[in-house]
Amino acid sequence: MSLHLSPDLSVWLGALLTLCIFSFLYKDNPLYRFAEHLFVGVSAGYYIILNFWTVIVPNLWEPFTKTVANAGGGAGVGSLFLPRLGDYRIFLAVPGILGLLLFTRLFGKIGWMSRFALAVIIGVYAGIRTTGAAQADFVAQVEGSLKPLWVAGDVGASVNAIIFTIGIITSLLFFFYSREHKGGLGVASKLGISFLMVSFGAGYGYTVMSRISLLIGRFQFLIEDWLGLR
Amino acid sequence: MPWISKLDTLDRRWLFLVMGLLVAGPLIFPAGLPLKVSPPVRSFHDTIEKVPNGSTVFMPCDYDPGARPEMVPMTKTAFRHLLSKDCKVVVTVLWNAGPGLVEATLNEVAREFPNKTYGVDWVNLGYKAGDDAVMVLMGQGIKNAFPRDYRGNPTSTIPLMNNVRDYSSFPLMVNISAGFPGTKEWVQQVQSRFHLPMVSGCTAVSAPEYYPYLQSGQLQGLLGGMAGAAEYELVRGEKGLATKGMDAQSLAHMFVAFCIVFGNIVQRLKRREAA
Repeated sequence: MSLHLSPDLSVWLGALLTLCIFSFLYKDNPLYRFAEHLFVGVSAGYYIILNFWTVIVPNLWEPFTKTVANAGGGAGVGSLFLPRLGDYRIFLAVPGILGLLLFTRLFGKIGWMSRFALAVIIGVYAGIRTTGAAQADFVAQVEGSLKPLWVAGDVGASVNAIIFTIGIITSLLFFFYSREHKGGLGVASKLGISFLMVSFGAGYGYTVMSRISLLIGRFQFLIEDWLGLR
Repeated sequence: MPWISKLDTLDRRWLFLVMGLLVAGPLIFPAGLPLKVSPPVRSFHDTIEKVPNGSTVFMPCDYDPGARPEMVPMTKTAFRHLLSKDCKVVVTVLWNAGPGLVEATLNEVAREFPNKTYGVDWVNLGYKAGDDAVMVLMGQGIKNAFPRDYRGNPTSTIPLMNNVRDYSSFPLMVNISAGFPGTKEWVQQVQSRFHLPMVSGCTAVSAPEYYPYLQSGQLQGLLGGMAGAAEYELVRGEKGLATKGMDAQSLAHMFVAFCIVFGNIVQRLKRREAA
């Protein structure tokens, strides 16, 4: 096993910044704060440029300017609004103006105007998400929970289905607060807690796996890409 | 007992050091611990396998460099799997720090297939802001939502996109997701509305949230984190980054489990001593 240090400057930069971040595990220090601030600054700049060139230019600016340029009939299109041709591009002015209104927050007195844009954003997202959640998380999940308790010829599947059904019912009963959890309801809700604990445990295990994976990824980068240990 | 009070005030940096050694050790000296393919991973593989060769498959890759160790291995294996079946692949990214990483990952795999051409066999439509709204907009026409690809080419001039209108153009969606927006939103906005069959590869932290979708049939296969990616590599006969990381993963998990059990024993002894 020998070292083959990377000749790539970007790999060295990545490795040194990784070590700066890892140094926080010992204690807070200027190297860690330098890497942290550098990351925040570079990310902000990157996001602004990316959004400008991949969202605002192709989805708003280009179609809008083409529409306005053609409005005089130069390309055979004599209007900003031609529903008969399926052309509604002048409507792009609406999101454009709403987007600009968001920046009024930077100017104290007229900052209230940004609320129009926020109202549209909240309204649209609430609508989209409510219908999506109702279809996917409510209707489809209830449908998926209605399982036959007995699967002919497959004892394992039958046992699974029974445990699954008991788990759903008792977990739901745990969240029933209109009556004191005593007697039958108390037993059911205690059983429900057990099912919930199992799911929290599984969730915790998966979270550990995710976080360890990040550490493994950084170590793979340091050991293989930077040090070239092989 | 003095050792209990010593453990009680143990500097946690010792734990970090042990964890670091347990992760670095197996990466330098791999042990090759055995892996077993779980049913959700098998279903993920089989669902892709059942797609007719030459189909056009939709592959949204919703992650950024923060999830690289989990997402890149499964992206590589899934993309390689699809190209080996001569499928055309349409890729989108709804995470703003993701398009560069996804582009580099796709290019790395595509180099293994010299006869595959960008724009003909695969296309990266890049990033679009709007999360769920973009998903809904794509249902009205993918070119509406993505007038240009990641490389700046007009989508209407890309040969692969000639046969792609909306979700009905795809027999399957292969989503690689690190969180929001990701698998949950694709299920809510696309799978349930447009009935597009879907499989997902996700970070381990989000996997428990998606198992109900698997159980109900809304997802037809699921890769959960690095373990899922490693199992998928095993099914495909590959030995990629996920497989290499699994020894370290197993040792780290054992250490965490040990710390939890040992910590509980110490706390119990301490309480008994105080009583």
